[in-house]
Amino acid sequence: MDLHTKTMTELSAGLERGDYTSVELTQSLLDRIAAHNDTLNALLTVTGEQAIAAAARADADRAAGKAGALNGLPIIHKDIFCTRDVRTTCGSKMLDNFISPYDATIVERLADAGAVVLGKANMDEFAMGSSNETSYFGPVNNPWDLERTPGGSSGGSAAAVAARFAPGATATDTGGSIRQPAALTGTVGIKPTYGRVSRYGMIAFASSLDQAGVITRSAEDAARLLGVMAGFDERDSTCIDEPVPDYVAALGDSVKGLKIGIVRQHFDEGLDADCGARVKDAIAVIESLGATAVEVDMPNIDYSVPTYYVVAPAECSSNLSRFDGVRFGHRAENAEDLFDLYCRSRGEGFGDEVKRRIMTGTYVLSAGYYDAYYLKAQQVRHLIADDFKKAFEKVDLIAGPTTPTPAFKLGDKVDDPITMYLNDIYTIGANLGGFPAMSVPCGFVNDLPVGLQLVGHHFDESALLRCAHAYQQATDWHIACPEDFA
Amino acid sequence: MSLDKDQVRQIATLARLKLGDDEYAESVEKLSRIVDFVDHLSEADTSGVIPMAHPLDIAQRLRPDVVTEPNDRDRYQENAASVSDGLYLVPKVIE
Repeated sequence: MDLHTKTMTELSAGLERGDYTSVELTQSLLDRIAAHNDTLNALLTVTGEQAIAAAARADADRAAGKAGALNGLPIIHKDIFCTRDVRTTCGSKMLDNFISPYDATIVERLADAGAVVLGKANMDEFAMGSSNETSYFGPVNNPWDLERTPGGSSGGSAAAVAARFAPGATATDTGGSIRQPAALTGTVGIKPTYGRVSRYGMIAFASSLDQAGVITRSAEDAARLLGVMAGFDERDSTCIDEPVPDYVAALGDSVKGLKIGIVRQHFDEGLDADCGARVKDAIAVIESLGATAVEVDMPNIDYSVPTYYVVAPAECSSNLSRFDGVRFGHRAENAEDLFDLYCRSRGEGFGDEVKRRIMTGTYVLSAGYYDAYYLKAQQVRHLIADDFKKAFEKVDLIAGPTTPTPAFKLGDKVDDPITMYLNDIYTIGANLGGFPAMSVPCGFVNDLPVGLQLVGHHFDESALLRCAHAYQQATDWHIACPEDFA
Repeated sequence: MSLDKDQVRQIATLARLKLGDDEYAESVEKLSRIVDFVDHLSEADTSGVIPMAHPLDIAQRLRPDVVTEPNDRDRYQENAASVSDGLYLVPKVIE
């Protein structure tokens, strides 16, 4: 029946017509995962039994006329989200055996809407990485070329959606961790406005930057999932109490008259020429649909990456201090004293990149360096956010490349942190200013997908989604499927 | 190298991380490169700029100071390596 090729929107219609049940759909995708997951390493945990039980409940709800917005639709959760009674590792040895005692708010909301969870996706350890190579459980392979990275940190979510394990997956984005893997796997990824989606039960990395979102194959599906996830949650003190518009309804609006800003620095020498050409073609398509492109100036945008690599490690060093080997997580054996227990539990439980970021953060926050690094970075952050705000006085959204190159080979950048960090050069700005941003597939270079990034003003996810949807109505890049996973 | 071995040792101690000998050499090299990289920030003119405290430039919401969480201690302690009578056990701290 080729159910794996269908989007959530198509599957929802099929379930409603009674063409198949959620149990049948769920089983067919579980079979696919069983056949292909060893090749990709995209999922760390497959929750087959629970999935079939949830699908049966969804079918019963539909029969009783109580179908929720996502009734019977299979999804995958990034393993950063706490799932009650299910192993939640965050890609780390530290949480190898952690069984979450509670559900994250978004896990609860998606389940309440009738979604069926197939499993938990691999990721860079504690979401720190851009290639999925920092995962304790090994890298994920890109379905478009198994020797290449699917990106990170939401590499498992992106690879799983690209390989048609599920039509959608949850993901998180601190500096590009939804958009970069979406670009490298030919999928759609949206990081909403900071505070738009609850972070309760989402394991923290950098709390002033982290935001939950989704990876799907169409903008329409992203709108469906986001609509269920977004909205105020008392349990997250950073979650904003703003009404959630009907994202799916907003897709119908035209892009006529939409003003698109082009940032000159985003097309500088750092960008692969072929990728740049695909992105420019995509902007031309959006213009042909009635939008207008204008150049905008962002004088401070080049400071994004160094700003991020002060702010994010600083917050990470603080957040990850909770892993002490006492209450949960890895505990070293035969500790001499409490200090030894802390140091060895953390030394053994964390991988190299996580340790590096904790130490960078500890350094920039330490006495004598705080002003020069942390305070300075928070000032520059303000300048960058103001660059965006000034741009949004003139334009509705900003368009450009998501990444400087298509997917690179596994192992290529793993020994050089700075080269790896520069992968997120175009995505980090949106996190620093809390702006919503998404990546949409816009073509191929050497048979590898390329992503178009759209950044919008605070709480204007609708503009991103409607622009992406209009673009997908006019193009078919998002329908392309990696050959081995057709 | 902008950081030396003693500095990295001090940072690791502050961060409560025990590193192996080979990890020290690598950390000195890689952390130095990261510090050199973020040093570019010193070139930015930030005179008179207020440090950003919240990405949306708003104040954090406060809630009334009342108990809202149920007591789920037993359930939470299932993830602990060593507990007894509802207490978390650690190596002896007081002689």
